[in-house]
Amino acid sequence: MRQLGVMLDEAFAPDNFCKLVSMSAFRQSVEAMIPALRRYARALARDADIADDLVQDTLVRALRSERLFLGGDVRSWLYTILTNLNKNRRRSLARRPQFMPLLDNNPDASGTEAEGRDIARALSTLVEEQRSVLLLVMLEGLSYREVADIQGVPIGTVMSRLARARAHVKASLEGERAPLRRVK
Amino acid sequence: MTDRNIPVTEDELHAYVDEELPAERRGDVEAWLAAHPDDAARVQSWRTMAEALHARYDAVIDEAVPKRLEIERLVQQPRKWVYGAVAATLAAFIVGGGVGWLAHGATAAPSGLQTFTVHAIEAHRLYVVEVRHPVEVPGSERSHLQQWLTKRCGWVVRAPELTGAGLKLVGGRLLPSSAGPASFMMYESASGERFTIYTAKSDAGAMQMRFAAEGRESTLFWADDGVVYAVVSTSADRGRLTQVAQAIYDQMEKKS
Repeated sequence: MRQLGVMLDEAFAPDNFCKLVSMSAFRQSVEAMIPALRRYARALARDADIADDLVQDTLVRALRSERLFLGGDVRSWLYTILTNLNKNRRRSLARRPQFMPLLDNNPDASGTEAEGRDIARALSTLVEEQRSVLLLVMLEGLSYREVADIQGVPIGTVMSRLARARAHVKASLEGERAPLRRVK
Repeated sequence: MTDRNIPVTEDELHAYVDEELPAERRGDVEAWLAAHPDDAARVQSWRTMAEALHARYDAVIDEAVPKRLEIERLVQQPRKWVYGAVAATLAAFIVGGGVGWLAHGATAAPSGLQTFTVHAIEAHRLYVVEVRHPVEVPGSERSHLQQWLTKRCGWVVRAPELTGAGLKLVGGRLLPSSAGPASFMMYESASGERFTIYTAKSDAGAMQMRFAAEGRESTLFWADDGVVYAVVSTSADRGRLTQVAQAIYDQMEKKS
């Protein structure tokens, strides 16, 4: 309570008022990104609950660093945080107890359900950096340059990861469908 | 003018699909595709792939944003959501517990806490059965215990006061963890049920409270300020575990 009072007093001091206005613009631009971050995280992590955890952690970090953010592209920055959080998460999957999924996350099936499952399964066979590149380019519509900045690699690396990811997913989708055709 | 005879590279095909190709080269690529059906099929397959991705995941965009992701909430009540998360975790666990066990292989907790919870649970198992030597420093030397663990661990280790929850400090010890030293404290109720608190350094920063179970042990764990805390219990009573974990969480919060 006391803290909130202090915050408000500070906020309305003339010097800080401009800062407050720009801070809320920052928050708005973060907020506008939530649906897209959730989509990216869902495809990246597969599990809806883990995905929203990633988004929440991303938002918490972003909001904490509000004062440190010196302009630039909020969108790329948020994708960068989320991508890194997911990388850390996966790095430590080696040993673990059995975790409860909070819900049985059924596919948000639009399109045919089988197709949705196929693409999700194909994604899950990709290595982390390739999945991230593929999703950032194909699903989130980021440029090669932006993805290079997010992953901290040269554009050439982004392009070769993308090419490998596409080839792998294509093979995976075709590999799954071929036996189905034979059954028919 | 560009030369139509320059062969189109694989990179250019990708750039073409992703609209990264310089405008003056687009015509060349289109001409190339008309003459090379294999490449045309490949380009088409990438387009189909993009459509499949959107068909599968665009629905997420239209979902209502869960309350816990609302900016106002995260900004104004940076801590309150932990309790909400605990309640949601437990409610969902109770409702979907059976499903959860069946599907456990498919999921994992976020942000690198798996190893940590394994260590916390292993330490609990190892020492909770000890009758004569459960701890190195007994609870009667609380302030010494706190000083010693703080000095060795490098963050402020406090032994929380849990008499409100019917628990008395048995004592504590120093343990190794994958991230350096860890502090371990044990509490006991009048009826002999034991709870342990395991803390270690973490790169997770801040993390909402989560639930994990392995065998008979269950734990509620969270991270704050680069330190991760796990409260472990052998009891099947999750309400009790939550009560104890919240009491601990509250005291850690007051400290900072």
